Amino acid sequence: MGLRRRGFVALAMAAALAALPACSKDANDGGGGDNSKVEVFSWWTGPGEEDGLAAMIADFQTKNPDIEFVNAAVSGGAGSNAKAILQTRLKDGDAPDSYQRHAGLELQDDIRNGWVSDITSLYDSEGWRDVFPAELLNYLTIDGKLYAVPVNIHRSNLMWFNPKTLKDLGVDEKVPASWSDFLTVAEKIKAKGKTPLAIGPGWTQKHLLENVLLGELGKAGYDGLWNGTTDWTGSEVTEALGVFAKVLEYSDIKAPSADWQPMMDKVVSGDAAFAVMGDWADAYLKGDKGLTVDTDYAVAASPGTDNIFNFLSDSFTLPAQAKNKTAAEAWLKEAGSKSGQDAFNPKKGSVPARTDADPALYTGYLKWGLEQWQGTKDGSIQIVGSLAHGVVANNAWNAEIDTALGLFIEDGDVAKFAATVKQKYEETK
Amino acid sequence: MRRFRRWGPALLLVTPSLLLIGVFVYGFAGWNAKVSTSTSRGYQITDDSVGLDNYQNLLKDERFNMDVRNVLIFTAVFVLGALVTGLVLAMLLDRGVRFESFFRSSFIFPMALSLIAVGIIWRWLLQNGEPAGGLNKLFDDVGLGFLAGDWYNSDSSWAIASIALPAGWALSGYIMALFLAGIRGVPEELREAARVDGANEPRVFWHVVRPMLWPVVMSALVILAHISLKTFDLLLAIVPKGDLALDTPAMYMWFTTFDGGFYGRGATIATLLLAGIAVVIVPYIWYSVRSERRK
Amino acid sequence: MTTTAEKTVVAKPPKKRKERDFRIQSKYAPYARFGKYAALLLFLVFFLMPIYALIVTSLKDPSEVSVQRVWELPSTWSFASFEAVWPKLQDGLFNSVMLAVPASIISALLGAANGFVLSKWRFPGADFVFPLILFGMFIPYQSVLIPMTETMSFLGLKGGLDGLILVHIIYGLPLTTLIFRSYFSGISDEIIEAAEVDGAGMLRTFFHVALPVAPPAFAVAIIWQFTSAWNDFLFGAVLTTNKSYWPVTIALNNIAGGQSIPFNEAMASALIACLPTLLVYVLLGRFFMRGLMAGALKG
Repeated sequence: MGLRRRGFVALAMAAALAALPACSKDANDGGGGDNSKVEVFSWWTGPGEEDGLAAMIADFQTKNPDIEFVNAAVSGGAGSNAKAILQTRLKDGDAPDSYQRHAGLELQDDIRNGWVSDITSLYDSEGWRDVFPAELLNYLTIDGKLYAVPVNIHRSNLMWFNPKTLKDLGVDEKVPASWSDFLTVAEKIKAKGKTPLAIGPGWTQKHLLENVLLGELGKAGYDGLWNGTTDWTGSEVTEALGVFAKVLEYSDIKAPSADWQPMMDKVVSGDAAFAVMGDWADAYLKGDKGLTVDTDYAVAASPGTDNIFNFLSDSFTLPAQAKNKTAAEAWLKEAGSKSGQDAFNPKKGSVPARTDADPALYTGYLKWGLEQWQGTKDGSIQIVGSLAHGVVANNAWNAEIDTALGLFIEDGDVAKFAATVKQKYEETK
Repeated sequence: MRRFRRWGPALLLVTPSLLLIGVFVYGFAGWNAKVSTSTSRGYQITDDSVGLDNYQNLLKDERFNMDVRNVLIFTAVFVLGALVTGLVLAMLLDRGVRFESFFRSSFIFPMALSLIAVGIIWRWLLQNGEPAGGLNKLFDDVGLGFLAGDWYNSDSSWAIASIALPAGWALSGYIMALFLAGIRGVPEELREAARVDGANEPRVFWHVVRPMLWPVVMSALVILAHISLKTFDLLLAIVPKGDLALDTPAMYMWFTTFDGGFYGRGATIATLLLAGIAVVIVPYIWYSVRSERRK
Repeated sequence: MTTTAEKTVVAKPPKKRKERDFRIQSKYAPYARFGKYAALLLFLVFFLMPIYALIVTSLKDPSEVSVQRVWELPSTWSFASFEAVWPKLQDGLFNSVMLAVPASIISALLGAANGFVLSKWRFPGADFVFPLILFGMFIPYQSVLIPMTETMSFLGLKGGLDGLILVHIIYGLPLTTLIFRSYFSGISDEIIEAAEVDGAGMLRTFFHVALPVAPPAFAVAIIWQFTSAWNDFLFGAVLTTNKSYWPVTIALNNIAGGQSIPFNEAMASALIACLPTLLVYVLLGRFFMRGLMAGALKG
């Protein structure tokens, strides 16, 4: 008996030790950096975006048959989970060869920590300065340098509705021209027992906030919020925040949807009249739900933002510690190329950052979206950057705004919110 | 020398464990406290010293104050709820119940589940909105519609209390087991002596069993309170991100550290959390070890 | 909340009580009896209700799933939900096994050594060291998270499972030490002394006298450690940076943490992730209980 038990213990110990090396990570998976492969980190694992990535990879492989593409995509809503994982990989010096970030100040920490390389020279050698709108490049330039290649452009300032719902409610089947018009319409809708505006979790509230501010302050005032030239505590912003508070009163903030998809579902089903959401909602409504734009749902610029394009962009970088730098540069060239962007975007449901895309590839909402983006080339449409999606505020300030907004949702204190955001700007610059 | 030969090998045998615990528990907690006195932002630890600035800022931080209030409400409701449920279950099971082990197992098994899974299940069950779904639907169906509520989506500043329901579901069985063992630890002779004296069962419980349960109550209180202070997984799985009505220090620590890169502030919250738990746990360990030595 | 096994002490099963009954039978006894069973059934409904919802929902055809109809039995049974989430969870399950098995066994072995020394072979200062070890059981993981990620990254132990196994072993030590210390305290000193008289040293006594009688304590320690390593989220979230090394809890939170996946898939993935610990509980429940039942009463 004693022997058997000792045997058990010995066996257990042996099993435990044998298991250990089996789970060690392959630290040198990069193959010593001979540029025979390129590991690309993204958060494109959802329907549509996964197909888009695959199409761009296919295009990449025809141009670079000798480079193996290693897809290190990590899922997680809008990359929030992926971002935390990426952060630790960069910090540990275990960087992929290229990684996805929202273009803009979301990259600031990476730059300050020396995790990404300056790729300004690629912009010159590839002639990208001529094909990306100059104003876009302003938003991407940090301390005079460029660190990322924008693959696509999403639009934040859109309002969605179901024409049939509005018709049944007896209100005009269009997006109100301004937020004060919206409040008038919302009152009518509320009187008929429907929710005027669907809302979701924290980030959708921030998404709404930025677009109310944009609609109320216009491009100049809105831009100034992020570089200290518009005073958060001034009367204009205070008024705009007051409008935001009123808009929230007409939303279902008391019982918000758990994510943006159920929030859009409420608009489709007619439980809610409007929702403010970015253009990725189109891919969801068209692809996942099988609906048709302009009949089952309709979309236009959110109130007061006609001719303004509030953008966010997925972009790729060159990490300082990339093991296969030449291969990574080949990938970046692909990401910035016309054929790469035209392969990716129609499937992802976004428009190319380049303004020379082939319009024939974009149908439905994207046809209009592309026209709008290409309008930025001659300045008939103005560009501003999104707060909720990392363009105009760095991670630290963005996180502090999350907190301030969370408190504002609880207590509705406009003055305190504005003062806090202003103070945090100074602290996190 | 002869003494060393006796306990030397023993000391050598435990030394690796002691070193590891020394570094990973005390070393890290100390290091964390040091980080809490530095600026440490942008996902980096910096070596500067700002004294207790982070602590002072946190005391003024509205979110943190709200979090403390929330975690106190949660602790009060959860600890009391699990304690009472556990005690009632133990009393129900104490004497001669058919299928006792089936009942017992059914009450304890939630403990074996991951709290992420528990959170995911209950997040769906505790939905509000129309038409009623989940638990609200069940209440409607059995004619208890008045019990339906908005749960964690409630507008009330007590919304956090609803998280005590899944937490209590997961841990009441454990408390029941503690009480059951406590009740059954009371010598049968004492009970029988009381019965011979003519006491009925409730009186036997009140006069004989109850006084001997105080140590169990203390243990259960301490265990529940410290769990409640550090609850994280469950909240992460239930709470919609950014909803500060359901925020706690443990959540704030996570998001400020890993979303905003505020390592200094995160370390400060974590140190305060450790201090809060030490206040509950240290006297408990001290008491347990001392009473063991007396035996 | 992985340290719920605090104060768990191994004890012998409760003694059989005497059958003779002096209890006074009140005339209300039948009602009391009815009330008791009614209350027990009510509690049973409360505790089993979420599991009912979990199982029924994940076995329904996706077309008849909704939160409104959660309590209805499926009209047709379907494994579609499992098929949909299985590919996303299978790596996580494998990783959790590779993680929890060695972590629990090694932690138990080290705990056995510590427990033996601290109960039967005390060195000067042992009484001082034990409470310090014990406190490790209660420490909030948040308060070691930042230094731990820095250290593990410095040591190159971040990213894969090896670092995660190491921290689970270490933070499991206080509990396993306590379990074995309590267990070995129950062995009579005479056996140990007899071995010493025979000339056996500490190690021989440990291996030949203590370990052969310790399997029940191993069962308790390993089961508790396995459960807590399996269910851990926090360490896994900061120490595994590559999704191919994610433990199942991280994978679960990643796919079902938002509400963008359907109700039935959320339930199916929760069920898959819970199944191993549930199975351990059902099959080895008596050890689980034995650890529990005697808990917290030594004070």
